[in-house]
Amino acid sequence: MLLRRLIGLLLTLLAVSLLLFLVMNLLPGDPAAVMLGTSARPDTLAAMREAMGLDRPLPVRFVVWLGGVLTGDFGTSITYGTPVAELIRDRAAVTLPLAGLAILLSILIALPLGLVSAARRGRRADAVAGLFAQLGLALPNFWIGLLLVLVFASELHWLPSGGFPGWSAGLGPALSALVLPTVALALPQAAVLTRVTRAALLDTLAEDFVRTARAKGLTRREALLRHALPNAMVPILTILGLQFSFLVAGAVLVENVFDLPGLGRLVYQALLQRDAVVVQGTVLCFTALVVVVNFLVDLAYLRFDPRLRAAS
Amino acid sequence: MTALDRVRTPRRRSVPKRLVAGAVLTILLVVLALVSLVWTPQPTSGIRILLKLQPPLSSGLLGTDQLGRDVFSLLMAGAANSFAIAAAAVALGGTLGTVTGLLAAIRGGWTETLTMRGCDVLFAFPPILSAMLLGVVLGPGRPTAVVAIAAFMVPVFARVARASGARILALDYILAARCAGKGAARIAAEHVLPNIAGDLLVQATLQLGLAILAEAGLSFLGLGPTPPAPSWGRMLADARTYVQLAPWLAIAPGAAVALAVLGLNLLGDGLRDRFDPRLRGRT
Repeated sequence: MLLRRLIGLLLTLLAVSLLLFLVMNLLPGDPAAVMLGTSARPDTLAAMREAMGLDRPLPVRFVVWLGGVLTGDFGTSITYGTPVAELIRDRAAVTLPLAGLAILLSILIALPLGLVSAARRGRRADAVAGLFAQLGLALPNFWIGLLLVLVFASELHWLPSGGFPGWSAGLGPALSALVLPTVALALPQAAVLTRVTRAALLDTLAEDFVRTARAKGLTRREALLRHALPNAMVPILTILGLQFSFLVAGAVLVENVFDLPGLGRLVYQALLQRDAVVVQGTVLCFTALVVVVNFLVDLAYLRFDPRLRAAS
Repeated sequence: MTALDRVRTPRRRSVPKRLVAGAVLTILLVVLALVSLVWTPQPTSGIRILLKLQPPLSSGLLGTDQLGRDVFSLLMAGAANSFAIAAAAVALGGTLGTVTGLLAAIRGGWTETLTMRGCDVLFAFPPILSAMLLGVVLGPGRPTAVVAIAAFMVPVFARVARASGARILALDYILAARCAGKGAARIAAEHVLPNIAGDLLVQATLQLGLAILAEAGLSFLGLGPTPPAPSWGRMLADARTYVQLAPWLAIAPGAAVALAVLGLNLLGDGLRDRFDPRLRGRT
């Protein structure tokens, strides 16, 4: 099962890179002309196209690009003039901590809320958690970002309204620049997770083993935490993995609200500037991250569900 | 009423509260959107620079923007824009996805494997990113926004249609229909589609909410409909410049997006409760 999943993962990534390459290279516009400007002479333009490898047929260019990617060479950006791998590494230093913190925060919000909601089903606490989930699903994360800036930066002056000082400025300033973006990114995720946690817990609470646990003298709380929660982890993890794709998409918007120099802003600006190599490299990294995270989630199932372990 | 009467009278099945709340909210916004096509309190295109950045209630219900345009009128017109794009995207993505999913369920074998793996590949692209890519390839504008959002919906509907369709196709009456000599297309249209319509409707309602969020996001990034067409997302993007001077400009359009999505989500949840009693009270 694992091997088949792994092969599926590689095939998906291959298909994604082919699709991405085709879209970016069928775009109208000539990268060489973008680099040299409109006043470039035809022979310099031709020389530039040759130097960039644009004169070669499309399949050859794809193989060359993919070969480069496999050895860690993503090509050179036409707007920045630096290797794309370097750009991605620098920007990932902002996006990965942001995404990680947002996942952590959303779990910290959603697990307790989901637990309380399932334990007090139909009571006031359940209704409050339900309201939070409905609102979290409906509010656009970039709007949450704007509101947070309005309150915590413009009015209260507690936190910076945007920008990133870099990790070299010290942990304090760097982290304080990430607080508001993290909250904006985490709230919609927390809403989804709260609902899933509640539903998964209600499912497992109805199972026989929970009744058995209660019958042997465990309190409701003990049965919930020791028996229901671990069994509810499979659906919770699945959604966490599937939501990762939305988290990455959210990062693109949130980074733009807060002017954070992350991968999302990089890909957005590269798209506007038609910097195909940067777009290809960055989007491929994004999708690879999404696919790998979902693969890891599959692995984590085995840890949480002994029945699946036996099946494989 | 005696105790016996109480037992005998069957309790009327109550309509879920969120179904009502969602329907009311959605209908209200759709009506505002439709009205905006013929009338708005103030014209949305006229620039009145002397009235710029007026706070709410001093000029119009929700104040004016940086060009002196009435914010409430812009929101009404923005609703028409959002709902039109979302509905078109869900219609397009829903139709393509349903046909693909049903084809996979009926044909099985390689067709099924290939289409479902194709869906996996499309799913691997983060949603806004694929829309951004298409937005740049096709150039900004309404048709682009529709296609970009629909592209993300296709795999969603394909999965729902395949899963629900496969369940129906395994039933005895399908075998009976086959024995009666009906072809795959007629079976799909006459027996499968009507039976999975409920699932698809619930999905479509929930996807409408997501489409409105996606349209707002695309417009916020400048990849939605081009100005002067009013759009909630672009109003939010413009508001960033005036956040300290005129906070209402940042609050009103976001609240409009949130209300629209909230209404559609409540409606979708309520419909699911109605169609699938197993899930009642679960979500």
